[in-house]
Amino acid sequence: MAATDQATATAQAAATAEARSDPAGVPSDLGEPTVIADGLHVVYRVRGAAGRSGGGGPAALMRALTRRKGSGGARRVHAVKGVSFVARRGEAIGVIGSNGSGKSTLLRAVAGLIPPESGQVYTNGQPSLLGVNAALMNDLPGERNVVLGCLAMGMTPAEVRERYDDIVEFSGINDKGDFISLPMRTYSSGMAARLRFAIAAARDHDVLMIDEALATGDRAFRKRSEKRIKELREKAGTVFLVSHSNKTIRDTCDRALWMERGELVMDGPASEVVDAYEADNAD
Amino acid sequence: MSSSPSPARAADPADADPTAEAAGLAELAARHGLAPSGKRPPFGRYLKQLWHHRHFIDTFARARASAKYSRANLGRLWEVGTPLLNAAVYYLIFGLLLQTDRGVEDFIPFLVTGVFVFTFTQQTVLSGVRAVSGNLGLIRALHFPRAALPIALALVQMRQMLVTMGVLFVIVVATGQLPQWNWFLVVPVLALQSLFNTGLSLVFARAGAKVSDLAQLMPFVLRTWMYASGVMYSIEVMAAGAPAPVRFVLDVNPAAVFIDLMRFSLIDSFTASQLPPYAWWVAAAWALAALVGGFVYFWKAEESYGRD
Repeated sequence: MAATDQATATAQAAATAEARSDPAGVPSDLGEPTVIADGLHVVYRVRGAAGRSGGGGPAALMRALTRRKGSGGARRVHAVKGVSFVARRGEAIGVIGSNGSGKSTLLRAVAGLIPPESGQVYTNGQPSLLGVNAALMNDLPGERNVVLGCLAMGMTPAEVRERYDDIVEFSGINDKGDFISLPMRTYSSGMAARLRFAIAAARDHDVLMIDEALATGDRAFRKRSEKRIKELREKAGTVFLVSHSNKTIRDTCDRALWMERGELVMDGPASEVVDAYEADNAD
Repeated sequence: MSSSPSPARAADPADADPTAEAAGLAELAARHGLAPSGKRPPFGRYLKQLWHHRHFIDTFARARASAKYSRANLGRLWEVGTPLLNAAVYYLIFGLLLQTDRGVEDFIPFLVTGVFVFTFTQQTVLSGVRAVSGNLGLIRALHFPRAALPIALALVQMRQMLVTMGVLFVIVVATGQLPQWNWFLVVPVLALQSLFNTGLSLVFARAGAKVSDLAQLMPFVLRTWMYASGVMYSIEVMAAGAPAPVRFVLDVNPAAVFIDLMRFSLIDSFTASQLPPYAWWVAAAWALAALVGGFVYFWKAEESYGRD
């Protein structure tokens, strides 16, 4: 992306941000900004990329010795290219785009888990990212994972005791028997994802980002999750939702970001963006 | 892929100066008190966050301790069995086969104390190296001060050491030592060594997060350290004729200092004259330096943990 394009995108985001508050500068029905991405670029350096495998120990040693400084055998993947947007309190923002378009990377950068190459992400408080791959402690039973997860999020032991039953019930893990006392490694991927969502959703977050975690749940669980996301938004939080289900985005979100090849293609009301995305994918 | 018309682009800011508008977003962020994401908190607030997460540290340590032997039939009986077997193996090799007991009275308590005290530091370092790299799932899923992990893993080893001390008391009494007031000195020795170990755990957690090969390398480094620390021989006897600089290094070696202080506390025939000079001060200095240095060193890279 050319530098001027990128600056223009930034300018657009700023203009949108201002357009969303009334002339007096007092926020209208939309709340204060919670996340501001300002010309965000993310570049991955991938070590051990193609061509460096095989040959066994001696070959690996030769490579380690002959590796040049700097570029050091690492490949650069430019995953997010100049994305700018302003997210506000009470918004639920869907992030759509084809596989590998940079959606998850964008969320990880917002969560502060990957440093930006250039540009900056500003957040209010600590955004929490909830991904499908985020394993907790697999050797421990579900119940201990609930307690550990809650304590890690900063709850006191009393708060954990108070909410424990709700979390287990929300996750639906015990619907078909006493599974909560089994090690998490025995869970199906759907069960594990549900439990993780239940743990993360037990606390109110300023910014909660959900990366396809709802796709693994059954219908009843999805209903509960959508209700919980609504509650989180009402408590003045911002929710980001990555999903390949256009229906989920339409039902849950009021705004959507469309990512493609690391660039923000479109930012607007969820229904319009999903329509455009579907029209683009129709052919 | 075709670019679609976007409501955001309809805002038409074409006439605006791009750099001014770019500053606009940063200014908007500043006006609403938004901070750059993933920045580490100041040191004082970091320590406060850690204190707030003390229950997490405790629960994590308990969970790890119980998960460790969860697949073994004898379960937590291994917390007693491991040090016992360890002591037996070292006695077999160094006491009976190699006879490194030259010039040492009460060799069995001397050796076993050395093995147990060194194992405490050794295991703490080994688990510290993997504190970050072995818990990436947790780190990437939840936000908490990352120092909680190396501290919790050091706590696991502290609790193991309390069990090991029970075994040590039994062995020491069984080999003819009688309990004395002197034995209460093990409390400050253990406290100082625990602080020292926690510092080391923090240092190696950061190093192990950056250089994953360290986990492969550390067992060899630690074994070398053990052989230089007078675990199975008396430094005083073996290094009697060593040049002064060598002797100095051997004497300030923290592992040797903690081992000798423990022997001094428990074994009658190990007198104060056998301690390295200023042993208590050296131990306290190591504990303080490792703890403060470890905290600062670990905190400096706080935002980088969990990134790939």
